[in-house]
Amino acid sequence: MDLWFSEYHTENVRLSIRVEKQLYSGQSEFQRIDVFSSPEFGRFLVLDGYMMLTERDEFIYHEMMAHVPMAVHPNVRHVLLIGAGDGGVARELLRYPSIERIDLAEIDKQVVEVCKEFLPFTADSLSDGRVRLHFEDGMRFVRRMVDEYDLIIVDSTDPFGPGEGLFTKEFYGNCFKALREDGVMVNQHESPFYPNDAIAVQRAHKRIVQSFSLSMVYQAHIPTYPSGHWLFGFSTKKYHPLHDFKGLEWKARGIKTRYYNTQLHLGAFALPNYVEDLLKDVEAH
Amino acid sequence: MNQTRAPIVEALDALRKARVVPFDVPGHKRGKGNPELTEFLGERCLSVDVNSMRPLDNLGHPVSVIREAEMLAAGAFGAAHAFFIVNGATAAVQAMLLHSLRAGDTVILPRNVHKSVINALILSGATPVYVDTPVHPSLHIALGMRIEDVAAAIKLHPEAKAVFVNNPTYYGICSDMAAITRLAHEHNMLVLADEAHGAHFYFGHNMPLSAMEAGADMSAVSMHKSGGSLTQSSFLLCGEAISPEALRQTINLTQTTSASYLLLASLDLSRKNLALKGKAIFSHVRDMANYAREEINKSGAYYAYSRELADGGAIYDFDVTKLSVATGGVGLTGVEVYDLLRDEYDIQAEFGDTSNLLAYVSVGDRPRDIERLVGALAEIARRFRRPPAELPAYPMPKANVIMSPREAYYAAKESLPIPQSRGRVSGEIVMAYPPGIPILAPGEEITDEAIAYIRFAKERGCMLSGMRDFGAECVRVVK
Repeated sequence: MDLWFSEYHTENVRLSIRVEKQLYSGQSEFQRIDVFSSPEFGRFLVLDGYMMLTERDEFIYHEMMAHVPMAVHPNVRHVLLIGAGDGGVARELLRYPSIERIDLAEIDKQVVEVCKEFLPFTADSLSDGRVRLHFEDGMRFVRRMVDEYDLIIVDSTDPFGPGEGLFTKEFYGNCFKALREDGVMVNQHESPFYPNDAIAVQRAHKRIVQSFSLSMVYQAHIPTYPSGHWLFGFSTKKYHPLHDFKGLEWKARGIKTRYYNTQLHLGAFALPNYVEDLLKDVEAH
Repeated sequence: MNQTRAPIVEALDALRKARVVPFDVPGHKRGKGNPELTEFLGERCLSVDVNSMRPLDNLGHPVSVIREAEMLAAGAFGAAHAFFIVNGATAAVQAMLLHSLRAGDTVILPRNVHKSVINALILSGATPVYVDTPVHPSLHIALGMRIEDVAAAIKLHPEAKAVFVNNPTYYGICSDMAAITRLAHEHNMLVLADEAHGAHFYFGHNMPLSAMEAGADMSAVSMHKSGGSLTQSSFLLCGEAISPEALRQTINLTQTTSASYLLLASLDLSRKNLALKGKAIFSHVRDMANYAREEINKSGAYYAYSRELADGGAIYDFDVTKLSVATGGVGLTGVEVYDLLRDEYDIQAEFGDTSNLLAYVSVGDRPRDIERLVGALAEIARRFRRPPAELPAYPMPKANVIMSPREAYYAAKESLPIPQSRGRVSGEIVMAYPPGIPILAPGEEITDEAIAYIRFAKERGCMLSGMRDFGAECVRVVK
């Protein structure tokens, strides 16, 4: 049998993964949810036809979302995760005993249920006592919060579909307000490579710098995402992601990671020239 | 009646399938003659931009599919007859007034009528008698007509031929439609309703009373606002007392003889949609508006008002689908909030005035869009808040009608700086938003109070419109 999952990265480029079998397919109130198993990437989750995570490479994305801010902010106790219903970011954060509470605002309860059943390697974390699940629109959840969190991680889907509100200025502004005075926000920042994705990078960055006085972008290499080159935003009220980086302290925690390390932390903020230009282009306005 | 039918749309579909070779207008011939336009609007759209022909009937003289569609629309709205209008609700308003009033007749109307009504008076030659619409002391918007004020006007002008009612106003305020209709009919006057903002009253559950249900004689209903049809399409409804044949002749005085089938089809399908699903649609719209109000009011900064305003008088009822937000609490004008929403947050609101923001909530909205609006308003309050400024209420000048709007419109005129126009007769309309009331209409004396109000409105940043001088420095007066 020759069964393939294909995702179009542009009109003219697609990534195809050979599928062993489809484990789940369903339509929630918000989106279509599919889970497949594959010989190369293990199990993978697809929302509205877009690849969200695979068993093989999810560690890269989730480690880079969680450990970069955790190695900068010295005292993270309360965290808000927006989206992140697969549990991957929560899994990484739960490795820090200092974190007392993780609020997770995920609009789609069905995503969490499906992940718990089919993707236990990320979703087992969601049963931890420190994680509180809130099934509601992330924008709505964060709107009510003032001075509440040390760290907010925005693990959104793409800037169209149910996640589009998480790429707006009002959302980033509400996150700013929900953070404590030394808080940090990290967000999924799309890919700079293909022109349509680059526009999304610019739009998001433009809106973030309007709310945060310091916002820097870092990168990672994620094989199954369009172009494989992915960006993250680090927006902060106080701590600089490099000047306030506490590499030694982080090493002393003894957290074993597969992608992230302290050298890579420093290097991840060194961006290719064309990416720097994309970002500078919108900072000026 | 079978409301699942859409006779005009069915006829257009049949025509498309028949592959008829067009040797008639329009000259673009199903789009082939204008490739750039076809690319822009889509081939499907151009393929039904066609002219009246036997299988498609004729709007000016309907005998087949348009007639059937009219009957279905009349059934859906509970009217004796319904007319498809393709020149906007403005054309429906014109037809109502031209049909009811001859030159020299008197008509009773609320002071906060739409510009199109005063313009229709110019066409008809009738003389207006205005009923005061009080301005709300803190929201600064003009309200509805109190029944006692309508009664007083009828007593003073027993010769009036008709009473005109906004149902509702732009801001969602309703007068007592049923009582006004009863009173007017007791005095042998027709009741004409402007329901440009009230199409949903006919389909939603627990909405303010519609004009047809109240027994009014005619109503202009904008389907393209809450009804979901294409811009410029509307219905003119009438009751049993009006002869539809005669009314059609009046409509044909001003309506185009080349009615757009795109507009007609959009009316046909929107009627079908509302007849079949209107109840659910407007209950969803109401829930979204209510949710937005609750969330906006939780912030404590704005006041999103609703039915709690109703007082049985000038605010007899309120249209809960309207999301009107008083912005004074954040120290910003509605115009400022309107601009910030668009410039900072990519959100286009309907309207902003000195004190209010209007966000139009409709069948096309999704809960996540409501979240964006609410979130952006909260952000605006956080980032741009100023100490609230006290905006004094200012008495509206009383209209002193010297001649009919038509006489003033066609009279020889000259332009004068507003301060020097005292005692003269205005030749044009001067509208102010808010409160959404004409300060002057053609044929009215320019009083000290009117001059003072224009100055006050300008200082407050109200939008002044209707005058030839866009800068609102000079007014045209009758020589």
